[in-house]
Amino acid sequence: MEFNINHPVLFLLAGIVVLVVLAQSLHFLRKAWRRGREIGMPMEKLRRVAAGTAIFTVAPALAIVISVISLSKKLGVPLPWMRLSVVGAITYETPAAANALSAMGLEWAGITELTATQYVTVAAVMTMGIMVGIWLVPVVGKKLIGGMIDLERRDKKWGDIFSAALFLGMISAFLGYVFDDFTDVFRGELQGLVPPLVMLCSALAMGLCALAMKKLRLRWMNDYALPISLLVGMASAIPITAWLG
Amino acid sequence: MKKELSYLDSVHRDGRIWNLSVVVVLILFPVLVSVLFKAPVDWRGFGLGMLSTAPMYWAVGIIETFTYVPMLGAGGSYLAFVTGNITNLKAPAALNALELVGADVKTEEGEIVSTIAIAVSSIVTTLIIVLGVVLITPLTPILNAPALAPAFDQILPALFGGLGVVYIARNWKIAVAPVTLMLALFITVPNLGSYVGVLVPVGVLTALGAARILYKKNLL
Repeated sequence: MEFNINHPVLFLLAGIVVLVVLAQSLHFLRKAWRRGREIGMPMEKLRRVAAGTAIFTVAPALAIVISVISLSKKLGVPLPWMRLSVVGAITYETPAAANALSAMGLEWAGITELTATQYVTVAAVMTMGIMVGIWLVPVVGKKLIGGMIDLERRDKKWGDIFSAALFLGMISAFLGYVFDDFTDVFRGELQGLVPPLVMLCSALAMGLCALAMKKLRLRWMNDYALPISLLVGMASAIPITAWLG
Repeated sequence: MKKELSYLDSVHRDGRIWNLSVVVVLILFPVLVSVLFKAPVDWRGFGLGMLSTAPMYWAVGIIETFTYVPMLGAGGSYLAFVTGNITNLKAPAALNALELVGADVKTEEGEIVSTIAIAVSSIVTTLIIVLGVVLITPLTPILNAPALAPAFDQILPALFGGLGVVYIARNWKIAVAPVTLMLALFITVPNLGSYVGVLVPVGVLTALGAARILYKKNLL
């Protein structure tokens, strides 16, 4: 078989991996849905969770498709398709592939064609370099979740505060990240203001949704407030970047 | 007599079986490509490539496991760590769903809601990527259009603006310390963006410390 980065066999192998992962998602969805019904959760509540999440997912998923397209220029379609459907994210896959190529004396920017050996080596580094979470969760997950439940049993109020603090800790890191290029503004490079302004537009949209829910009694808005604020933020990035970028 | 497993125990059992099976399936991809195309791995390239990739991403993987598992619950964690894009998709999807129905992930209802949200998000993402792969030729010029590029470049600020305002408004006393620390760090230390994964636990520990002090002083 003569190798090329878009060989049908590669599509077949990548497709099998994607199918296995899809089957896992379907298995857990079915299991959780059934249990929800068993403990008396209303069907309408479960449907709201599923529909709200599905709508929210569309825009970030399109961004992942863009990452697949971007990586496919160097690595073909099957490998980025598989990697970004499974563990990967563009922020990891590109440096991992570039590191593997560089270790073989090649440059990411200059790559136009890969041999089968180079391809296998790149795929192996991408696979093994980010495997930790998949096997570590089975090892420590039960203890961690058990610890959280024990905490809740011992002191419910502190358990609730603990959960809120976990979420806020994560959110605070990403709020800080939005200001990563902010110092450029002091050198007259105003593009550093784009991410904070986009964040502000998204926060304002969320505030308006909350107001509409309260004052106009638009209860359905609760289900779609996050997708709406996400889309408003993304849309605002276009004129803001044209203005400052 | 066989002991009946609780729902949570059966989630852990299934999660372990699935995740370890996925590990095998993922490793099989390069192995099978190597066998089918009679192309051995360049072991030197693999070793050096791993040396420059693994230390950073293994550390991030360990940190993410301990940070996200308590947030996402059991079923959600097994799935999220297999399907990836945790920060920019799975964690916000789970938080939003829990918020939507007012559930706590430490309860069985919260566990179910988080699992459904992450499973639905994974399925929708997988299907959209499949569609993207099938339609890659007509979609490329549209999704790569320069006019749309800023919108996709700014997904994280657009996401955390909406999500942040909800959580900070509700828990502003706990938020003051971690948000101030992170803003100070990112504004004063240049090029910290690529280390955001490592800084998440710093934010979490600061938030937990601040929350504990406020709680002990009866200020929450």
